Amino acid sequence: MATVKKATRDAFGDEIVELGKNNPDIYVVDVDIGKSCKTGKFKDALPEQYVNVGIAEQNAAGVAAGLATTGKVPFVATYAVFGSMRMGEQIRQEIAYPNLNVKIACSHGGLTPANDGASHQGIEDMGVMRSVPNMTIIMGADYTATRKLVAAAAKMYGPVYLRFTRDAIPVIYDDSVEFTIGKAHQIRDGKDVAIIANGDTVSIAMRAADELAAQGVGVRLLDMHTIKPIDAEAVTRCVDDIGRIVTVEDHNVLNGLGSAVCEIVAELGRGKVHRIGVRDKFGESAPYESLLAANGITAENIVEQAKKLMR
Amino acid sequence: MATCTVEELATVDELKAKAVELRKAILTMIHKANSGHPGGALSMADIVTALYFREMRLDPKNPKWADRDRFILSKGHACPVQYGALALKGCFPMDVINTLRVEGSILQGHPDMKRCPGIDISTGSLGQGLSCGVGMAIAGKRDKKDYRVFVAVGDGEAQEGQIWEAAQTAAKYELDNLVVIIDDNGLQCDGCCDEIMPTLDLGKKFEAFGFEVYPIDGHDMSQIVAVLDLIRGRAASGKPKCIHAKTHKGRGVSFMEDVVEWHGMAPNAEQYATAMADVERGLN
Repeated sequence: MATVKKATRDAFGDEIVELGKNNPDIYVVDVDIGKSCKTGKFKDALPEQYVNVGIAEQNAAGVAAGLATTGKVPFVATYAVFGSMRMGEQIRQEIAYPNLNVKIACSHGGLTPANDGASHQGIEDMGVMRSVPNMTIIMGADYTATRKLVAAAAKMYGPVYLRFTRDAIPVIYDDSVEFTIGKAHQIRDGKDVAIIANGDTVSIAMRAADELAAQGVGVRLLDMHTIKPIDAEAVTRCVDDIGRIVTVEDHNVLNGLGSAVCEIVAELGRGKVHRIGVRDKFGESAPYESLLAANGITAENIVEQAKKLMR
Repeated sequence: MATCTVEELATVDELKAKAVELRKAILTMIHKANSGHPGGALSMADIVTALYFREMRLDPKNPKWADRDRFILSKGHACPVQYGALALKGCFPMDVINTLRVEGSILQGHPDMKRCPGIDISTGSLGQGLSCGVGMAIAGKRDKKDYRVFVAVGDGEAQEGQIWEAAQTAAKYELDNLVVIIDDNGLQCDGCCDEIMPTLDLGKKFEAFGFEVYPIDGHDMSQIVAVLDLIRGRAASGKPKCIHAKTHKGRGVSFMEDVVEWHGMAPNAEQYATAMADVERGLN
């Protein structure tokens, strides 16, 4: 069966318009990249729930906070670089500190805006947001998961940072799969090594798990769609049941999923972890697959590192 | 308007007397805390008095009333002026002002909407409050509510670029329910605004950004009342409003007026006594 590929920013665009039609308090605040963030359908269908503040991200955060004080549920649509850092202090002061019900919906997560180059590749964003109290951080692994997680984020009260891919990635889930914010989704189970991945690296980790299984290595594969609050129980079970974990993320290995897992493992005082992700360096304009390969974010490297942990 | 009781509006003389009480509360708070920002709180005292005791539609017993007018102190460090007004208004007991900056207090060093009743948005990081006011004003328009949003911005604070991002948004969305008040006291933390970073004519700037601009003497209660009356009558003009208030930092206290050092310093016991006497005499 040919793999269907879809960008998860399209999942946001498709889901937010449905959410808005069913709830007049759902707002979109755009910053002149609505076309790219896929909010066009929302804008056309629900102009009374739509605001575009132009190229002014810091202002967008404050406008969203003001809307939220009146009971609206605003989604600020921007890119990961801007949504986490250009708006970072505004999110901290006006959204996270007062714990307002604002969602930061960011396309262009990780290396997925591959051709755009380093300026547009958000590799630090989840690390920045992870340091901010009250913030929930979510990245769906495919189109299906992302739609469901956007809906779940709209339903929960409080600030949420949502991260999407610019480029198309494989659709891996069928519509029957359910996701709970803060709970890891287990894709397969095995006793030799655990792989914990999130976002666009989940489908890569699935290929690695298939290869490991073919070689007789049993893999427990977790889709850690929520990296804050991270599912500490699921990580602990990986340590207790298996003891060997490979983390995979399209993000700097500093302060993202791998770091979050290591924090739990270090405090347990047992278990081994190898982190795969962006090696604390900026990207460049290149094909998405080349950028991933340059950082070792490949099925082959996941297989290799998993086997190393087993020695 | 259903739950709003009609009261006679406070007179200029009544407001002047109330402003004396507010200044005393500000000084008491900062003296007891032994830290805080008296200069920019005192420069706002007259305008804040007029807003809380004449202009704004509020219910002290229900500070989250959905139809209330909003007040955002974007220059959050001046919060003793808002805390004092809220206490005098009855949002919380007067003796709470003795807990400014005390561990566990509702009166944080900068306004915290989660802790303090009557605070409409948490501020303290400069340049951000006007954006929040724009969001509230957009919601008011979309929800067909008639509340208004007042945002106090410092002249030094207007050096922040986000103020102008917010201003252009207010004009785009024709937020005639939004009133910006510039507290143009001419001083900022490190010295004169003209030396640190000239703000030029802030009234002209807001005019260029699509606002109706009303210059006043921010310590002349008659002028304050008159401009608020005028603006209230123009609530459907299609344009956001800006009151450009020329003020003096430390107003009402002889040794604090226009002295930059009093931006962020608490008066000691002797200075406090002198300051309270100055305010009582009413240098106004």
